Amino acid sequence: MPVKYLDEFNDPEAAQGILQDISRIVTKPWALMEVCGGQTHTIIRNGIDQLLPEGVELIHGPGCPVCVTPLETIDRALAIAQQPDVIFCSFGDMIRVPGSTTDLFGVKSNGGDVRIVYSPLDAVRIAQDNPDKQVVFFGIGFETTAPANAMTVKMAQQLGLPNFSLLVSHVLVPPAITAIMESPQRRVQGFLAAGHVCTVMGMGEYEPLVDRYGVPIVVTGFEPLDVLEGIRRTLLQLEEGRAELENAYPRAVQSVGNPAAQAVVREVFQTCDRAWRGIGVIPQSGWRLADEFAEYDAEERFSVTGIVTTESEMCRSGEVLQGLIKPNQCEAFGKECTPRNPLGAPMVSSEGACAAYYQFRRAAQPVA
Amino acid sequence: MNNPSDPSLDTPLDLENWSCPMPLRDQPNIVMGHGGGGRLSSELVEHLFVPAFTGTALSGVLQQLGDAAVLEVPGGRIALSTDSYVVRPRFFPGGNLGDLAVNGTVNDLAVAGARPLALTCGVILEEGLPLDELGRIATTMGDAARAAGVSIVTGDTKVVDGGHGDGIYINTAGVGVVPAGRDLGPHRVSTGDAIIVSGPIGMHGIAVMSVREGLEFGSEIVTDSAPLNGLVESLLESGADVHMMRDPTRGGVAASLNEIANSSGLGMQIVERDIPVPDDVRAACGFLGLDPLYVANEGKLVAFVAAGDVDLALETMRSHEHGSGATVIGTVVSDHPGMVVAKTGIGGTRVVDLPLSEQLPRIC
Repeated sequence: MPVKYLDEFNDPEAAQGILQDISRIVTKPWALMEVCGGQTHTIIRNGIDQLLPEGVELIHGPGCPVCVTPLETIDRALAIAQQPDVIFCSFGDMIRVPGSTTDLFGVKSNGGDVRIVYSPLDAVRIAQDNPDKQVVFFGIGFETTAPANAMTVKMAQQLGLPNFSLLVSHVLVPPAITAIMESPQRRVQGFLAAGHVCTVMGMGEYEPLVDRYGVPIVVTGFEPLDVLEGIRRTLLQLEEGRAELENAYPRAVQSVGNPAAQAVVREVFQTCDRAWRGIGVIPQSGWRLADEFAEYDAEERFSVTGIVTTESEMCRSGEVLQGLIKPNQCEAFGKECTPRNPLGAPMVSSEGACAAYYQFRRAAQPVA
Repeated sequence: MNNPSDPSLDTPLDLENWSCPMPLRDQPNIVMGHGGGGRLSSELVEHLFVPAFTGTALSGVLQQLGDAAVLEVPGGRIALSTDSYVVRPRFFPGGNLGDLAVNGTVNDLAVAGARPLALTCGVILEEGLPLDELGRIATTMGDAARAAGVSIVTGDTKVVDGGHGDGIYINTAGVGVVPAGRDLGPHRVSTGDAIIVSGPIGMHGIAVMSVREGLEFGSEIVTDSAPLNGLVESLLESGADVHMMRDPTRGGVAASLNEIANSSGLGMQIVERDIPVPDDVRAACGFLGLDPLYVANEGKLVAFVAAGDVDLALETMRSHEHGSGATVIGTVVSDHPGMVVAKTGIGGTRVVDLPLSEQLPRIC
């Protein structure tokens, strides 16, 4: 069935209308952060940042899930995927994220059984179909992917599948916003919150952040008009001196979120400290498997030891992910670091800020 | 086997003496991306095969890196092309491997300006392949050849042990005659040329993806696999000044435009809203996180036509069954040489880069 919203939310006349509105509203410079990599992709792919009035800066946040997955976890994934009799399943854009020495593509070309799945539940099916193999799913992402990842464990339990396990590295948005607002270098004056995260979790978690830091937070969608509307509402709040939580994505987000999804996530995962690649440990910013589900934890099942991680010395992705520099301000951008030879994860995924700049922005803004 | 006197086995490959080995060093083994039609594919050809084959009498033709080679022979010119078909799954909505094996090679010849005459058919079969499947694929090949008006004139069959193949691989080579006076290629592409696609894009890639293991989704989309030689003949015989054509298969329209931007040294400017993408393809690309510009087509061509002949070209193409959706998607420009730039739906601009390898579905 055709999905009509894609055209409606790309309409050039409506976009012009919002842009004119924004021009009328803005009287001084503002720095906004879009938290989610999907929004970064929309912004750069459609050239939205170029269409905004001068002085309105979009800082690209740490919301690309493959970019912030810690290097140690990736190295662990690579070590597990290299073991015999393992089928290692992953989301597509995780496959080329560089570990210390190789990536999952490299493991595959060396004979490892690495498979791209679209739905985590496909990995459970693969486990059913291959009882003599250990099937591992690389369960990463923000709150968005967590319910489906949690369901894999529930299903494996129901089906009595001893050969399925989950390598979990979930990260959470609200602690990341806290970390950004607590940072001494903070420049962000307003946030576009990730609409799909709020579809799952609702909006309740963001109210305290608005109050504590006095920043507008506008829940925003992913099509070009969604993003423009999120930007417009944030700027309007800033110009009027307000700091409120707003929902600019009501067609998908209800303030309570999705209670059924929250329930399965609460049952299967528990909150933990999490290292974010390029940023460091953020307290209580991740989910890991709850103790009751430890038998499905790939980290326990494959006790990989001796992981020594090495990050590229040139890569400044940590600063990119914190919004301190733009990707093309990194010395390695487009030279040592390209999508074919990424030094850091943001050059890999199409949601990564560096890859988005590389793919869509080289003609308009030559490398500095 | 490992005879020290045999340098081909004992000596490591001396990559330094090849053209520019750097890109190949990143990947010590073949990865799937080397077959994806993107940058990795073209580097493999450019830096490994072409240097190895240089020095043969006609290697200048090889260095043009076309999907079909046009050769001067006594009495005229012939075009020669070969392609291998390894698609999985073998059967997909609207067709199977057999359609592709015929139409793909016919189209490579046609867009080079040749009238396809005859094909070869080499098959590598894996032990255990059901005869019924092979029969269906062969029948489809026969039907496709008859529809395209070409003959399959010779072939070869090999069988490999179970586990050493993927059911069936097909290679077809094709030969065609290039009528006198036809001159197509990047050297003729000029500033101001209109960029025309012959119809809606992205259908084949999405049709195959919709039934690929692990990605199955409900879709009405069928492959656009079709022979384009009839459409090409009508277009070239109409008198429209066509400068170059390509069939945008792997890597999609984006890969074809990048290739031509690169080989002509000119810039390509396209308008996203003018690119015909069926709703279903747009929706599937939306939820998989793919860009339809990079999705494979098997029955479409991209034509570069002199500005003054656009109406004639469009009218001619639209009156043909395989060109009924022909439309202008952009213009050749002198700005940003070697680069493809798209005007986005809401009025911004973006670079449309050559994909590195096949697109990967995005996480969310």
